[in-house]
Amino acid sequence: MATLIDRRGPSRRALLAGIGAAGALMVSGAAVLNPREAWGMEVSALKPETMRTLIVMARDIYPHDRIPDRYYAIAMKPYEADAAKDPALKAMVEDGVITLDTLARANYGVAYADVGWEDQRVALLRQIEDSAFFQKVRGGLVVGLYNQEEIWPIFGYEGSSADKGGYIDRGFDDIAWL
Amino acid sequence: MSAPFDLNDDSVVVIVGSGAGGGTLGTELALKGIKVVILEAGQRHNMEDFVNNEWESFSQLAWTDMRTTSGSWRVHKNFPNLPAWIVKAVGGSSVHWAGASLRLQEHEFKTRSTYGDIDGANLLDWPITLQDLEPWYAKAEDRMGVTRTNGIPGLPGNNNFKVFEAGAKKVGYKEVSTGRMAINSEPRADRGACQQIGFCFQGCKSGAKWSTLIAEIPRGEATGNLEVRPQSMVQKIEHDASGKATAVVYVDKDGKTQRQKARIVAVAGNSIESPRLLLNSASSMFPDGLANSSGQVGRNYMRHMTGSVYAIFEKPVHMYRGTTMAGIVRDEAVNDTKRGFAGGYELETLSIGVPFMAAFLDPGGWGRSFASAMDGYVNMAGLWIVGEDMPQETNRVTLNTDVKDAYGMPVANVHFDDHPNDVAMRNHAYAQGAAIYDSVGATRTLPTPPYPSTHNLGTNRMSEKPRDGVVNKHGQTHDIPNLFIADGSQFTTGGAENPTLTIVALALRQADFIAGEMTRKTI
Repeated sequence: MATLIDRRGPSRRALLAGIGAAGALMVSGAAVLNPREAWGMEVSALKPETMRTLIVMARDIYPHDRIPDRYYAIAMKPYEADAAKDPALKAMVEDGVITLDTLARANYGVAYADVGWEDQRVALLRQIEDSAFFQKVRGGLVVGLYNQEEIWPIFGYEGSSADKGGYIDRGFDDIAWL
Repeated sequence: MSAPFDLNDDSVVVIVGSGAGGGTLGTELALKGIKVVILEAGQRHNMEDFVNNEWESFSQLAWTDMRTTSGSWRVHKNFPNLPAWIVKAVGGSSVHWAGASLRLQEHEFKTRSTYGDIDGANLLDWPITLQDLEPWYAKAEDRMGVTRTNGIPGLPGNNNFKVFEAGAKKVGYKEVSTGRMAINSEPRADRGACQQIGFCFQGCKSGAKWSTLIAEIPRGEATGNLEVRPQSMVQKIEHDASGKATAVVYVDKDGKTQRQKARIVAVAGNSIESPRLLLNSASSMFPDGLANSSGQVGRNYMRHMTGSVYAIFEKPVHMYRGTTMAGIVRDEAVNDTKRGFAGGYELETLSIGVPFMAAFLDPGGWGRSFASAMDGYVNMAGLWIVGEDMPQETNRVTLNTDVKDAYGMPVANVHFDDHPNDVAMRNHAYAQGAAIYDSVGATRTLPTPPYPSTHNLGTNRMSEKPRDGVVNKHGQTHDIPNLFIADGSQFTTGGAENPTLTIVALALRQADFIAGEMTRKTI
């Protein structure tokens, strides 16, 4: 799935423009960029600001400080392709982000992705958590994020084992601290 | 090897479903020289094809045909179209089960007499006793190679078990072991010993775990008397003017409708599909569905009182390594009403991988609390609670005529509400499960709600009197002598034990009965 990410580096202008509260994520032209992780994602069906918001939202829903943005971006990437095929979904996502940004501006004077503290952003998400938009994003994310084999080592999960002969000789009973 | 029988051969026994009930019944009848056709809705996989990846395996094996839900159970809110996590494949849910093989206790066959009249519960004594079933349990245990029976050693304990065992002993539990498991602890019956792979729910790739797919059906097929037709979705059971079952109509793998004639029909499609089939087979003679003169078809749906407790420790556990469920505390399985509820429960080790933990730990949950629990995954131990739930007439599988499946047939709706007894038992079990882990240093415990049902029971229940249930003590329907039920839907009540061993014992007993009746020409 990593090939979904365009590895083109950001321009200097984009780097300078992108210093905001949402970490290293920035928008340049039709792309969302993360210069620190050296990836970018072009979008056309969705606005790049929308994709940036989705990625910030994904981390706020399942915040794992040891997981880089790229895996949240991979989990959100399918919305671009799906929005291109499904106008109703596209409208739900774009409208959902507008609602979220409107709430953010009313409370903090900036867009959702630029609100400084996770707790503040989460308070906004709590206001929309029963919406179809939020439920769609969270429901897709629970599989789209945690089913990425690349992040399993961060959780200490070893994945497939039959191909390695099971754990009969690889520590099924190696606990030593009890 | 497999014997193709003609669609017009009306001497065959037709069995719907190839799981623990249907696969065992079909094989046992074939071994007795009786011709059998098993119609299985799912595909046939080889054990080499099973996948050590939870979602990929789910796509391969799970029954995901449309179903609907209602009621106050949380599954309805979080998984509205997935009431049950069971299998659509040859071997049925015996491909997916964890292997725990426990006999029901004596009092669990007599719940109405033992527990009395509990408000809202439709309790009934089974028409058979533990003594009636003991020889069949013994036969089933031998056949399935159940550990701690027949001189078979127990499985070795994995990391998850070691934490569970240490905690259980610390809180004073006595009956703690790696349990009675239909997983080879040493080579037996042409199958090897457990390789501690994990992924027991995803289909055993070593063949150490008993399933009808690898341990029964091939034996039946070798006799030349058993034919299994995968991808055959049964639509309806037909009958003649005398009310006897005559044929089974199904859609084959090419989408063609076929009609297999039958001398006897046995339904073993698990407790959601089996009543659905009887209801969808309604006719002018049986307007409420087949075998439903009691009105009990689809009622008394039970799913066991379940839940899980996961606990996080300071140091790694790696609970997912090795056998998924080889660990049990049986002390709470007794009926001791001083705890505030009737019936009892088992505590059994359980682990799931990161993908399923994310989906099931707190369905719908999100934010720091949820994510930090996930961050503790490698330091987690886990157990599953399985206890007796109260049969209730209103917990029920019905036809949802507003929603049709791919063949245009009404889908099953599963309605469930917990009984107060279920809630009291679950709360007790959550506290006991947490105490086990707290006693060995858990820094956080996570009481986890029930998953989509794996133990689906009771919707065609066994009764002495025709007015109280759907089948008699042989699983023969009260209304139609050549129509049988061969799965867990015939359970009168659920007991506290994982149901597969009882399903297999009943199927073996039923095969004996059917063969006898055929010889006597009474059916």
